[in-house]
Amino acid sequence: MKVQKFLEVKEGDTLATLRSFLQRLLEKEIVEALLVPLEAPSGDTVMPALVKEPAHLEKANPLAPVMPVNAARLVSSLTIGKPREKIGALLRSCEIRALIELVKLQQAHLENLMIIGIDCLGTYEVTDYAKLISEDRSPTMELVRGAKEGALSPHEGYQFRSACRICEYPIPQNAALTIGLLGVDGKMILIEAQEELAERLELIEGEAASREEAIKKLVEARIEERDRLFAQFRERVVDIPGLLAQFSTCIRCHNCTVACPICYCKECLFRTSTFEHESGRYLRWAQRKGAIQMPTDTLLFQLTRLNHMVTSCVGCGMCESACPSDIPLTTIFRAVGQEVQAMFDYLPGRSLEDELPLATFKEDELTELGGR
Amino acid sequence: MNEDFEPKIVAFLCNWCAYMGADLAGTSRIQYPPNVRIIRMMCSGAVDPVYVIKPLLDGADGVLIGGCHPGDCHYQEGNYKARRRVAILKNILRKMGFDEERVWLRWISASEGQVFAETVTEMVEALKEKGPNPLRELWGT
Repeated sequence: MKVQKFLEVKEGDTLATLRSFLQRLLEKEIVEALLVPLEAPSGDTVMPALVKEPAHLEKANPLAPVMPVNAARLVSSLTIGKPREKIGALLRSCEIRALIELVKLQQAHLENLMIIGIDCLGTYEVTDYAKLISEDRSPTMELVRGAKEGALSPHEGYQFRSACRICEYPIPQNAALTIGLLGVDGKMILIEAQEELAERLELIEGEAASREEAIKKLVEARIEERDRLFAQFRERVVDIPGLLAQFSTCIRCHNCTVACPICYCKECLFRTSTFEHESGRYLRWAQRKGAIQMPTDTLLFQLTRLNHMVTSCVGCGMCESACPSDIPLTTIFRAVGQEVQAMFDYLPGRSLEDELPLATFKEDELTELGGR
Repeated sequence: MNEDFEPKIVAFLCNWCAYMGADLAGTSRIQYPPNVRIIRMMCSGAVDPVYVIKPLLDGADGVLIGGCHPGDCHYQEGNYKARRRVAILKNILRKMGFDEERVWLRWISASEGQVFAETVTEMVEALKEKGPNPLRELWGT
């Protein structure tokens, strides 16, 4: 049975308390290695690191509102060869959901892995986070203070990443251990775990009476913003000019593919020589249409990626953060995904039990297709 | 309707049923419009969306995917999976502002030469009604 216990925040320092809690996980050998964001030596970002030595956790900062990479990709690297040691991976909701998809796609394993989930307070773009640090702000603590009320406003003059602004899942699911801040009094940190595990962690009793209310308030605001963006998208993209406008700035750099936690093909069609044509072919196409866009096949790339990924897209928005051309990929994938996923009652990352829509079928469905 | 407009259709037909149906239409001398360019696939389930999107962006007026009737797939379930893929593809095209009715999925058995001929005839008529694919003239794809 899962129980809710608490950590007492020492000297008002939430981060220090969390760091010592993470050290405890290693010291008590609950896990033998920990994948967790560490503050980079430059101090202006965090990067996930695989930590064996507890002392390194002095620099751990799982609360930092920045996400240079969706760590599900890293868990895939760590577990695809089935690790012999127990690894703990501290992940946000979108990272856990991406990981669930990767497991179903046979690109990651859960054996010898402990998923440690943490409430996500939202993330800034990497460059914005670095700027806030250079201005001597403390973006982490600003958000931690608002967590109790579920009032997570970005620093004045800044915005969260668009994926975070419309994210309905600030709370991690499918974790063995959950670290909760939303709706929890600042003097405490909520720890949710199986009773047996919780006992080993030396936690105290307490209650998070306003947690549900705080989560509800936050999620409602996010859904409102999401629906606003979806409505805008539907208005904009109604015809061919609307379609072309969405992707007109794509240079087919494939950054979105690289940043996407789920786009896993080792040899992507679009990164092979298939699209390196001989000059005569470009000229023939240009002759036929009068003109062709160079680089070619950008829209083909985008629409194909949409088809391949949209059923499993967890909406982490790493694609958009990686896009040098500011294509609103989060909105596109989320808006298209909402409808496609609903066709099969599928929510990416919800459960290992739900089969991938493209890996299964029902005999008596979609009968309007194929007949005359 | 523009009487001079002859739509171009790219058809992906499965080796075991739809392609055999097309073959039968030919050997039986059943007349059907010459607007279709057939590409033989081993299974309709092997038709990746990229194969369908590519001709549409290059200006083909329609894409036909032909497979075995449900329950008759040579590989047991390829056509069921094709059906999901096509449903998703059509949904995405619609959402992205492209006319999804330019993509047809039809079950045609090896004995249904007549059905193949009629399907092509119907599709040509429907595409003539729609007019040319607007992407044929646009450079920004």
